[in-house]
Amino acid sequence: MSEAPVSVAPVQKPIPVTVLTGYLGAGKTTLLNRILSENHGRKYAVIVNEFGEIGIDNDLIVESDEEIYEMNNGCVCCTVRGDLIRVVEGLMKRPGRFDAIIVETTGLADPVPVAQTFFMDDDVRAKTELDAVITLVDAKHLPLRLKDSREAEDQIAFADVVLLNKTDLVTPEELAKVEATIRVINPSARIHRTQRSDIDLAKVLDQGAFNLERALENEPDFLKPDDHHHDHDHDHACGPDCGHDHHHHGHDHHHGHDHGHDHGHAHAPSDIHDVTVQSVSLRGGEMNPDRFFPWIQKITQTDGPNILRLKGIIAFAGDADRYVVQGVHMIIEGDHQRPWKDGEPRESRLVFIGRDLDREKLERTFQACAAKPN
Amino acid sequence: MPTVAPLDLEAHIVGVAYLGDVPVFADAAGLVHRLDGGHAVTPAHEGLLVALRDDATDTLLTGGEDGRVLRITRDGGVTELAHAPRKWISNIAAGPQGAVAFTTGKTATVRLSDGTTRDFTEERTVEGIAFAPKGLRIALARYNGVSLHWVATSSPAIDLDWKGAHTGVTFSPDGRFVVTMMQENALHGWKLDTKPGAEARHMRMSGYPAKVKSWSWSARGKWLASSGAPAAIVWPFQAKDGPMGKPPLELGTRADVMVSQVACHPSEDVAAIGYSDGMVLAVRFADSKEVLLRRPGKGAVSAFAWSRSGQQLAFGTEAGEAGVIDLTS
Repeated sequence: MSEAPVSVAPVQKPIPVTVLTGYLGAGKTTLLNRILSENHGRKYAVIVNEFGEIGIDNDLIVESDEEIYEMNNGCVCCTVRGDLIRVVEGLMKRPGRFDAIIVETTGLADPVPVAQTFFMDDDVRAKTELDAVITLVDAKHLPLRLKDSREAEDQIAFADVVLLNKTDLVTPEELAKVEATIRVINPSARIHRTQRSDIDLAKVLDQGAFNLERALENEPDFLKPDDHHHDHDHDHACGPDCGHDHHHHGHDHHHGHDHGHDHGHAHAPSDIHDVTVQSVSLRGGEMNPDRFFPWIQKITQTDGPNILRLKGIIAFAGDADRYVVQGVHMIIEGDHQRPWKDGEPRESRLVFIGRDLDREKLERTFQACAAKPN
Repeated sequence: MPTVAPLDLEAHIVGVAYLGDVPVFADAAGLVHRLDGGHAVTPAHEGLLVALRDDATDTLLTGGEDGRVLRITRDGGVTELAHAPRKWISNIAAGPQGAVAFTTGKTATVRLSDGTTRDFTEERTVEGIAFAPKGLRIALARYNGVSLHWVATSSPAIDLDWKGAHTGVTFSPDGRFVVTMMQENALHGWKLDTKPGAEARHMRMSGYPAKVKSWSWSARGKWLASSGAPAAIVWPFQAKDGPMGKPPLELGTRADVMVSQVACHPSEDVAAIGYSDGMVLAVRFADSKEVLLRRPGKGAVSAFAWSRSGQQLAFGTEAGEAGVIDLTS
């Protein structure tokens, strides 16, 4: 049989898909009701796990039972959501009736199979485009959630945008602490503080977070050459990459040799001891593509199960354009984005968010891809 | 040269069928169009997801986003067979003596012609459903395999296991084989007529560059034609062990266009092959001889039906183009 995959999809602009996650009670339904009732001139198809309390009469709310498929390729992290494949296929038979799709997950849902569906299923991928993963966090109850559920942490780790909601229910100190915890779990997400899920929808919808052309353009935190200032870091908490002698749930995080990265190290009584996700931010100069590509392939192949998200901007020696990469587990995409601007430092930056990441190995092998040895 | 009588519609054509001599076209918006002298329209669903012919009663069965299962006659009469509010009905099968089966989530419901129903619930979502050619027996495709149930008895289901997501199921016309479509680019088959007590034998049919979305048994079940490649992939089932150890035919191969729909001729070893660019060929199995039936159009071919005589082929596309191709002119 023919080997070459061939596809001739009708030329149609892909429909953007926003994934809404968050623990039970974090405010997802309230946000959804805002999206559906505000007068923004756009029509949304919404895929929910159960109709619940959505008060809006909308023909395009579809109930779907969460159905995880493991792909038959021996890779445990290659999971997709079968129900989404079916519903998207059905919706796309009448594409003219909506402008975008919103997927609301259950409080306990793993966001990864949801996102991977939009990369791994060819039919879904041909017709839709993952826009962003939005995670709602209940400011008051997050510390408790982190103690009893890995899902709450995964949802934050995987987010492009975090709505830190119900800020009126906590003191400024508590809020700062919760925000610092979120930062430790996910240093690259945009965080917005909200009450009753009240947010300018422009900060939630049409984010282009998975679009390589737009990726990372609006993430000043990520691009900042200065390592450890996030806008919201009032209270630098000690994170998994802190050099002190904390053992988080027995994981081996290779402590003790990586001061100078990322986060500050102030000690505050913190919920961070319940955090099992870590991030590794790497920074270097110009890279040699003949070294970088084999390296990133190998890292994502071997460490893919531990990598929730990766994002990066790479400066290749002799290349006038910025190269952007992003990944989910073993899926990785990259492309030239735009020319480097005059005066813009030609720096390579890469952030991994995941579990059991070997910081020392990542740092050493990343630096070995440099065009000129440091 | 065959002639095409076009019928330009507005929505994705989900299914076409001949009811008697009347070609009918069901579109995703929920309208059922009949070419009975002129163009007649029956509003059926708020969003239509599946449409197929019930051979036992010569009617059209449809399911939709409105949770309804309808039977539509050749004169446009509509009977509601079931209503599951807020569920999507995207799987329907037609059985012997007017029996109909449909799925909602993890449950398959069989409705007999007297209106009585029986539910079969699986642990995972039922993604495909088929009646066996003989006896009142159903196959349910689900994650990690197929469950076979006798409708009238309470004997336990027979599980045909194969790891992965099975998204559709069909019996061979002689009932010896069960074949599924999979989420990965493959079909999987089981040979059922093994000795009592023996394990059903597996058939792996893989190598497709894309998912299989359309399949069709040839006359007398000698071949199973399928989409999922830039050719129709046609597996031989005439031997005792089906396609095991035998390569499939590849018919109507094109360089850069995928086959989106296949339909075998009712009596000859010939298949109608529809492509993602809207082109339609008829291809003979014996010598791979091709006849162009329709030039490329605006959308992928999404539905086919041969007339009983095999002299006409009704088609529909995702872009709403439809029509009848007359092979005798």
